Amino acid sequence: MAMPISVSSGQQTGLPDPSVLPTSQGARGRTALSRLTTAIRRNRKATVGVILLLLFTLVALFPNLIPHYNPVEIFYGPKCPSCYSRPALVQATPSSAHLLGTDLEGHDVFSQVIVGTRAVLVLAIVTGLLTTLIAMVVGVAAAYLGGSWDSVLNVVTDVLLVIPLFPLLIVIVKYIGQSGNLVLILVLTVTGWSYTARQLRSQSQSLRNRDFLLAARVRGERSFYIIMVEMIPTMTSLLLACFLGNALYAVLAGSGLQFLGLGDPNMISWGTTLYWADTQGALQSGLYLWEIVPGLCIALLGAAFALLNYAFDEIGNPALRPMRARKRARKQAAVAIPVGGLASDDAHAS
Amino acid sequence: MRFALRRVGFFLLTLWAALTLNFLLPRVMPGNPVEAAISSLHVPLTTSEMNAIAAQFGINEHQGLVAAYFTYLGHTLTGNLGVSFVHYPTPVTTYIETGIWWTLGLVGTTTVLAFVLGTAIGAISAWRRGSRLDSTLPPLLVFTTAIPYFWVGLMLILVFSTILGWFPSKGGYTLGATPALTWSFIGDVLDHAILPAAALLITTIGGWVLTMRNTMIGTLTEDYVRMARAKGMPPHRVMVNYAARNAILPNLTGFAMSLGFVVSGAILVEYVFNYPGVGFMLFNAVESNDYPLMQGLFLLITVAVLLCIVLSDIATAILDPRTRTAS
Amino acid sequence: MTHTLADDSQPAADATPWHGPVLEVRDLSVEYLLESAVITAVDHVSLEVGTGEFLAIVGESGCGKSTLLFAIAQLLYPPAAITGGSVTFRGRNLVGLTEHDLSAIRWKDMSVVMQSAMNALNPVLSVGAQFRDAMRAHGVTSKQEIADRSAEVLRMVGIDPVHLKSYPHQLSGGMRQRSMIAMAMLFTPDLIIMDEPTSALDVVAQRSLMAQIKDLQQQFGFAVIFVTHDMSLVSHFSDRLMVMYAGQVSEVGSTRQVFDTPKHPYTVGLMDAFPSIRGPRVPLAGIPGRPPDLARPPAGCRFAPRCPKVMPRCETSVPVLYQVEGVEVRCFLYEDGDPR
Repeated sequence: MAMPISVSSGQQTGLPDPSVLPTSQGARGRTALSRLTTAIRRNRKATVGVILLLLFTLVALFPNLIPHYNPVEIFYGPKCPSCYSRPALVQATPSSAHLLGTDLEGHDVFSQVIVGTRAVLVLAIVTGLLTTLIAMVVGVAAAYLGGSWDSVLNVVTDVLLVIPLFPLLIVIVKYIGQSGNLVLILVLTVTGWSYTARQLRSQSQSLRNRDFLLAARVRGERSFYIIMVEMIPTMTSLLLACFLGNALYAVLAGSGLQFLGLGDPNMISWGTTLYWADTQGALQSGLYLWEIVPGLCIALLGAAFALLNYAFDEIGNPALRPMRARKRARKQAAVAIPVGGLASDDAHAS
Repeated sequence: MRFALRRVGFFLLTLWAALTLNFLLPRVMPGNPVEAAISSLHVPLTTSEMNAIAAQFGINEHQGLVAAYFTYLGHTLTGNLGVSFVHYPTPVTTYIETGIWWTLGLVGTTTVLAFVLGTAIGAISAWRRGSRLDSTLPPLLVFTTAIPYFWVGLMLILVFSTILGWFPSKGGYTLGATPALTWSFIGDVLDHAILPAAALLITTIGGWVLTMRNTMIGTLTEDYVRMARAKGMPPHRVMVNYAARNAILPNLTGFAMSLGFVVSGAILVEYVFNYPGVGFMLFNAVESNDYPLMQGLFLLITVAVLLCIVLSDIATAILDPRTRTAS
Repeated sequence: MTHTLADDSQPAADATPWHGPVLEVRDLSVEYLLESAVITAVDHVSLEVGTGEFLAIVGESGCGKSTLLFAIAQLLYPPAAITGGSVTFRGRNLVGLTEHDLSAIRWKDMSVVMQSAMNALNPVLSVGAQFRDAMRAHGVTSKQEIADRSAEVLRMVGIDPVHLKSYPHQLSGGMRQRSMIAMAMLFTPDLIIMDEPTSALDVVAQRSLMAQIKDLQQQFGFAVIFVTHDMSLVSHFSDRLMVMYAGQVSEVGSTRQVFDTPKHPYTVGLMDAFPSIRGPRVPLAGIPGRPPDLARPPAGCRFAPRCPKVMPRCETSVPVLYQVEGVEVRCFLYEDGDPR
């Protein structure tokens, strides 16, 4: 599970703000979207993250782009002389016909991975959206309304934060029984909004007394308008970061639950495929790819979310950006420049 | 002082909420706990025997919900967590004790190690911006924070146990060995602990490094760090006393938040390695409908998390004088 | 001059008496090397500060005065870097020295007071601990000595030494700023560089702090470089006044001359923006326009786009500093004076 990476607090560097400087193409007249795409192209982490995410989304939306079989189709081995019917191609090693081999019942593993992409992506994105939405309502309302509303919502949020969620999830999912995607989404959403709510609440609090909001109140705007039109648009970067974090959490927690066997074992998803791999002894039978590939996909999808989250952090706060580009510019300087926190004694070497 | 009182109040409130949740969950979910208990015993019983067992498990059909609730509260606060269904007649508390030390040893040590190492590496990485360490580590670590715990465990087993055969893949110690405080047993324990510990360390250290690094990069631009440099202080003292001491504060509060992840990591890793800790115990208890054991473990974990939060609060109060004075 | 710690703990490295100016900056240039552009924040600036002299540097935000200060103190951070010129402190060029060499001079001979004490003081250490860090960094280890000296400097600025145990957030704004000045005085340096130390204070506290600084200066004889955007504040206290615009020196001379008879149109504009409270009522005049983009400075005089006295050649050729009546002005209007 990912440790929540804190969104940078955007420290004052005391330098001229680079975003204010006109770039060689001219900053004015470019839409937000084109600026965003340029920023993504320039930042390597963002590029990798976007590519991965697009790849998985493509497979999820159009699984038939990649040739695969029906995941529940049973394959049969060659006819043996004394058999009445052909035995199931059980636990076949990977071959050109079955790229990742087959499982204990003769199903093709590769197809399971391809078809399972959709379930995982749906879980991640829907849970991410819902969780962020609920957190937004709770967090912003608590900060804006203040007073007893704030106290009550605060207590609920904090208690939920402290109670260990994974054990709770295990218990709830176990009670409900075989949990398909819908149940997982619901359960993860209901339990997972508290961290984001806390973040959004503290951000809203710091915004609450800013001048532009006071001006709106003086103008006579209603609270709802102020919250929706004035406050929330300023928090888009934080909301995006929260969405990505929650999507990551959903992928990891959801697959974790499925791996433990608490999900719906008949559902096709990476977590359930891993569950079958584990319970059917893939490692012992030497069918390593069966165990490796679905987990790798989870890791890559999770990495896509994490990379994007981190990259947007860097894009928003120039101080965090990699030093490579700056080093090139530095070579032009005539004098040694302090490296790292201080000028090192061998700074002349740069 | 008021701040401390509010925190204590908060902890008590959370404890109460956990207890109530613990009490309600089996009762609102479908299924009859008594029947489940009896069926798990796999023994035909007479009615009086069933009633006796039901009473012992704290299930009194004739009690109203409210009365049962207070009985439950009373029992729990006096340390009576009931008797395990599956491991009858072992009391829950006794059974849990067998697993606690394993989890504390494995998960406790790795968490502390990950925090300390991660924070240190993050601080050094920020201090040496542009070095090879700083260029390669962050992207790699972003990837490791997204890897599922159980998959890392499986991969480690695959490589180091199945293929290379260097370490065992299951258990806390070799089956059949008698636990004793001898070097060979301790060696055996360590042998079994290395892979699970590595799994936990790999997945959790990234978060600490990255948050510390990002915070520290911001802290390094602060005026007081520049002042420390202006005073002619040696670089390592500036890094530790001025930069890191301020940058670590968000990490400490984050520590409390991350305990939820630590718990999930404990459960998943212990499951993959069949490590005899409370995480594995919880999973098995859920699987076998052992309600008292489940409730006891849930409570234990909540209390442990609360304790860690208290510790991190104390650490923050020690390190940050601003929290000590009334805000 | 009172007995200082420097006399006890430092070998005779700086024992040779130095008779020249304390600080001599020649053609100093500082650039910000960003991904998208290179910004020349300080463009070939030269200045001199004599022993015990109070030099005020005045200019609007973004003119490069703070960058100049940090460059002099060798406290720049990437992407800022000194790209040319020299900073000679007591005869020694500081540019290019390693941190190790610089640490011997830091604080003992040259100290810094920053703009916001709330930001310049470490929030998690007590004031006394921060004093102690400065002293330990220069070999003073005796606890008694440290305690005595810390109390002594605090008393100098009018703070009760009991506050050595306080944390920065427990002190008032004025007290914090004064304790910063006290810290800067620990080794009674030859030069104290101050970056807008009064900006965060209210008007009354400002005056009181300025008076205190001047008083200490006269007592202990250190030189001061004082950066501010408030010209009227320093006019009573400084010996010389330097006006900066867009990274360049536009006018520099004795305070009385620059203040009473400003020559450069920019200085005139600044003066007009602060009408005298006792003088006749005049309509408030500002300087229209904005400072130039330092990534692409204009050809010719940088003030030309806003200058009320602009001439055609101002837009094509760059004026140098011309000497007029003991004052240096970067303006073609005074070309008949001796060019520097």
